[in-house]
Amino acid sequence: MLALGGQGGGVLTKWLVDTAEANGYLAQSTYIAGVAQRTGATVYCIEMFPADVAASIGKQPVFTPYPIPGDVDLVIAGEMAETGRAIEKGFVTPNVTTLIASSHRVYSVAEKSAMGDGILDQSIVAEVAASASKRFVCFDMQAAADEAGSVISSVLLGAIAATGALPFDRGAFEATIRGSGRAVEANLRGFALGFEGASRDTPLAAAPAEELPVATPEGVNGEALAARIAAELPKSVQAIALLGALRALDYQDASYADSYLDRVRDIASVDADAGGEHRAFALTAEVARQLALQMCYEDTIRVADLKTRGDRMRRVREQLAVHEDQPVRVVEYFHPRLEEVCDTLPAALGGFVSRSSGVQKLLAPFFRKGRTVATTSIGGFLLLYLLAKLQRFRRGTFRFGRQQAFIREWLDRIAAAAHEDYDYALSIAHCIEIVKGYGDTYARGLSRYRSMIDAVGREATSDRAQVVRRLHRAALADEQGRAFSDALLELEAAR
Amino acid sequence: MVERSFRREVEKLRLRAGEEFAGEGILAITKALLQSGVAYVGGYQGSPISHLMDVLSDAQDILAELGVHFESSANEAAAAAMAAASVNYPLRGAVTFKSTVGTNVASDALANLASGGVTGGVVVIVGEDYGEGSSIMQERTHAFAMKSQMWLLDPRPNVPSIVAAVERAFELSEASNTPVFLQMRVRSCHVHGHFVAKDNRPPEMSLKEAMENPRRDLNRIVLPPASFLHEHEKVNQRWPAAVEFIKAHALNERFEGERDDLGIIVQGGLYNSLLRTMERLNLADAFGAAQIPIYVMNVAYPLIDDEVVSFCRGKRAVLLVEEGQPNYIEQAINSVLRNSDCATRLEGKGVFPMAGEYTSQVLRSGVVAFMQRHDPGYVAPDNPMRLVAKFVERIDGYVPPRPPGLCTGCPERPVFASLKLLQQELGEFHVSADIGCHLFSILPPFDIGNTTMGYGLGAAGASAFNTDSDRPAIAIMGDGGFWHNGLTSGIGNAVYNKSDGLTIVVDNNYSAATGGQDLLSSKTASTSRSTQHPIEKAAQGVGVKWTRTVRTYDIGEMRKALKEAVTKKGTGPKVLVAQSECMLNRQRREKPQVSAAIAGGERIVEERFGVDEDTCTGDHACIRLSGCPSLTVKPNPDPLKRQPISFVDNSCVGCGNCGEVAHEAVLCPSFYKAEIVFNPSRVDRLLWRLRQGFIGWLQGRADRRRLETA
Repeated sequence: MLALGGQGGGVLTKWLVDTAEANGYLAQSTYIAGVAQRTGATVYCIEMFPADVAASIGKQPVFTPYPIPGDVDLVIAGEMAETGRAIEKGFVTPNVTTLIASSHRVYSVAEKSAMGDGILDQSIVAEVAASASKRFVCFDMQAAADEAGSVISSVLLGAIAATGALPFDRGAFEATIRGSGRAVEANLRGFALGFEGASRDTPLAAAPAEELPVATPEGVNGEALAARIAAELPKSVQAIALLGALRALDYQDASYADSYLDRVRDIASVDADAGGEHRAFALTAEVARQLALQMCYEDTIRVADLKTRGDRMRRVREQLAVHEDQPVRVVEYFHPRLEEVCDTLPAALGGFVSRSSGVQKLLAPFFRKGRTVATTSIGGFLLLYLLAKLQRFRRGTFRFGRQQAFIREWLDRIAAAAHEDYDYALSIAHCIEIVKGYGDTYARGLSRYRSMIDAVGREATSDRAQVVRRLHRAALADEQGRAFSDALLELEAAR
Repeated sequence: MVERSFRREVEKLRLRAGEEFAGEGILAITKALLQSGVAYVGGYQGSPISHLMDVLSDAQDILAELGVHFESSANEAAAAAMAAASVNYPLRGAVTFKSTVGTNVASDALANLASGGVTGGVVVIVGEDYGEGSSIMQERTHAFAMKSQMWLLDPRPNVPSIVAAVERAFELSEASNTPVFLQMRVRSCHVHGHFVAKDNRPPEMSLKEAMENPRRDLNRIVLPPASFLHEHEKVNQRWPAAVEFIKAHALNERFEGERDDLGIIVQGGLYNSLLRTMERLNLADAFGAAQIPIYVMNVAYPLIDDEVVSFCRGKRAVLLVEEGQPNYIEQAINSVLRNSDCATRLEGKGVFPMAGEYTSQVLRSGVVAFMQRHDPGYVAPDNPMRLVAKFVERIDGYVPPRPPGLCTGCPERPVFASLKLLQQELGEFHVSADIGCHLFSILPPFDIGNTTMGYGLGAAGASAFNTDSDRPAIAIMGDGGFWHNGLTSGIGNAVYNKSDGLTIVVDNNYSAATGGQDLLSSKTASTSRSTQHPIEKAAQGVGVKWTRTVRTYDIGEMRKALKEAVTKKGTGPKVLVAQSECMLNRQRREKPQVSAAIAGGERIVEERFGVDEDTCTGDHACIRLSGCPSLTVKPNPDPLKRQPISFVDNSCVGCGNCGEVAHEAVLCPSFYKAEIVFNPSRVDRLLWRLRQGFIGWLQGRADRRRLETA
């Protein structure tokens, strides 16, 4: 059994040993915790032997403390990556091993801390698990445990009982849970869900292909946008363009959404000229996605708007699983820097402050510390509510003008590239995703994007798409930018 | 507040003669100690024998009834020195620690003890932290046994054999006036099994009796000329006495088999896994009846020469299963066979790997290789790994590693977040790390720490960098390490040698990494021990001028203090005590109280953190400054965005680190803190309704407007 800290691996081991000993078996268990007792995985090993056979011979069996590859009848993994690890350790053998695994994930630090998407593709683990084992029982046992209000160990025990991999019936396992005297009801609920889940035995469905949800316009403006999209854009990009247009509408207004569609349409015609129909207008689709995000950049106005919406409050409460009339105080953590405030100021004023080091020095003390705002208090809510109202003045802010120029430059670059090298244009369209967020994240992304564009501009014509992709990957490899500067140096050296 | 409570299980220690004991190896050892009539027990916690200390600690009532003194020693040297009580008096005593690290620390006392010899039996129970799950350098305790001539027991890993070994160890110790090591492997410590109990025995002589009738024998004190005498005594009297006892009581076991042209010699601790491996190869049955004769060395040192020779003589070849290196046993057996003109070929490290744990797979390969050499075709060389190889290959390197890390809400996390932010501001520092949970800082996401030289030696490990620099070395030490020896070896040393460096002492109220045992500086009042002695005062006491105690979660303060400490010159060594209670222990203490209070209708406010999914950009900078298990990721609900977003799951304990980090690192505005009110008062409800009414009204207006323009 491979269990993570807090999954109740020790309890499950004890249940199995108790069940065995109460039902005519001798049993031995042992485990390796070591430093893994904190947040790593613990491996438990259990052996059982029929007591009557031992008694008839008058000897005790020799139990081993080590699992032996090729000789493990039942492998239990409390999580999907651990399932992979069980296979990696050689514990799972075809025709021998029943493998019971929870399909949920507990991400490792390596996966979580990636600057982009670092998550393991678990469909490969599932596929190998199915072919490497005699029987593979896999479903989300954590969800079942949550539903039962128990720990995953009880669900795992239910699944073990259902597979018949151990020579004990359901009642024997349930009796053990009752006998333990702790959280009996919740554990029996978890056990029942585990038993059902494993009995259902639906083969694990392959992960569904990524599909865009179809957005539905809610009002006349949205419908007008949808109509425009249907009339002006190729079919394969309509779904994403609608998402983007509605985002721009929500962000600013109908005319902003129209200007979004104007830009997408322009790229679509460039795309068509460059032979895009053979590639499902991949360039237009990517631009439609990234353009929406760049046009709907997160400024203080947007953040204030999102934080004060009714939906958002409902979502927070849902996530906390509080009941309807339970008071919850929500405190937001902000640390606006002078830059963000300049961005929201009228262009002339913002520009002046951002250029004047004297004024910056004067204002600096006000931005040294982070601030907290309680959005559930009247004062805090009003502050953000009124800030969100500045939306109507957004077009006059310092950032807005800069952002539009930035977008224009990016689009021009794509259009110019598309005629010569479609892949290159596509890579430029994609790589702008590193420009996102706030504060340091935004500054870092922007500066890397600029260096990337500069570097590739100096490149000879061949393989520029490759270069951009490589730099794009490197830009997301580490925060300090070691990989990125190495990649730049490499490029320099190759020239 | 220890991690695992044995309050219920320790009742098993009261079992009477003939009753059946069922439980873990560690608990069985404790029972065996009581059955042996120990007068005192001491030790220092550490995997895999932490639970032994915890069991003893929880069993204080039972120990007191029997008149047994138990002590959580300051360190392993202190524990070993305790055994001095057995030098002059027939007092049986046991000490325990993890090995080889603990044995390293204890070896001064052990060497002195072994030199003078003992009157009462002394058993040193070492938890051999070797192989999978180990957190230390891979060495053998065997070397210590050889160099000090202490005997080393390595019993078969089943509970009855372990219990018998404890009892025999005392007798062996007394018969040979020599302290005896009992080696417990990791898996044996945690093995579940049964044995038939005996009655507990009070010590034959009480400690009080001994103290009040002091005995003194100049020949037992390690000082010339007695020290020269001791060496001769060891080889001329104690060793032969030990050999005699081991033979007379058949501590080593010999199992005959039909293939008497071959043989296997195995360390007791490896017997079970060897047997099951042989069973899979059809060389033995499930009950241990093997075709090839087996000599089980339950005593790994000393070697019983004539037993070995008589086992080997007449055999073509003998396989030696000896885990770890150097291969001391193999060398010794070869020399014995040579001296007795025995031509039997010994196969050891030739068929087994020189280094590394002897897992079932390794044992299998070794046995198969041995048989191939000496009786080709006798066993089918079919390897079950062949069946799984292609699956192993497909998944190999694919699964992300899951190294241990700091727990949810750990108070050490903000210390390293602060350090990381300091390094982002001032550049990187040389960081001398120490042993303890804080050593997880060397792994992602913090990547802080250059070396670790042993428990409590963080500050000493930085002592060479005692030279003027704008980047002084930073040393880290836990409260456990501080009291273990760090106060003298690190802080006192830095004061005396006029260092200008910084030592951060991570004070979480417990020896946390070993399971949450109390320390001198623990905040909780203890009836059996004296606690609440502040680390800062101790540092000042040895002459540190610059000391600060900062609450770890206060990242702003922490950064300020760190910056001052590394930039201020000429004040001598600086000690920054980073103080906050270990969250694991705090939760264990508070959670039941909070649940009870909520159930009892009391007004309780619980805090939790969250990330707003529509403002999170999926950059995960927050995770790179945290690594908290509850701060994780989930697929981005926004179909336009590809990167997974950060997400705080419901295991969050509301420690506050996320908010502090968001503020100090100028992250994003996505973090929020939710204060959930359980059993709200009437005022709470009224205010809540008023606020919600007003806010809801404004939100409704905004929603309607949005719909109009949608």
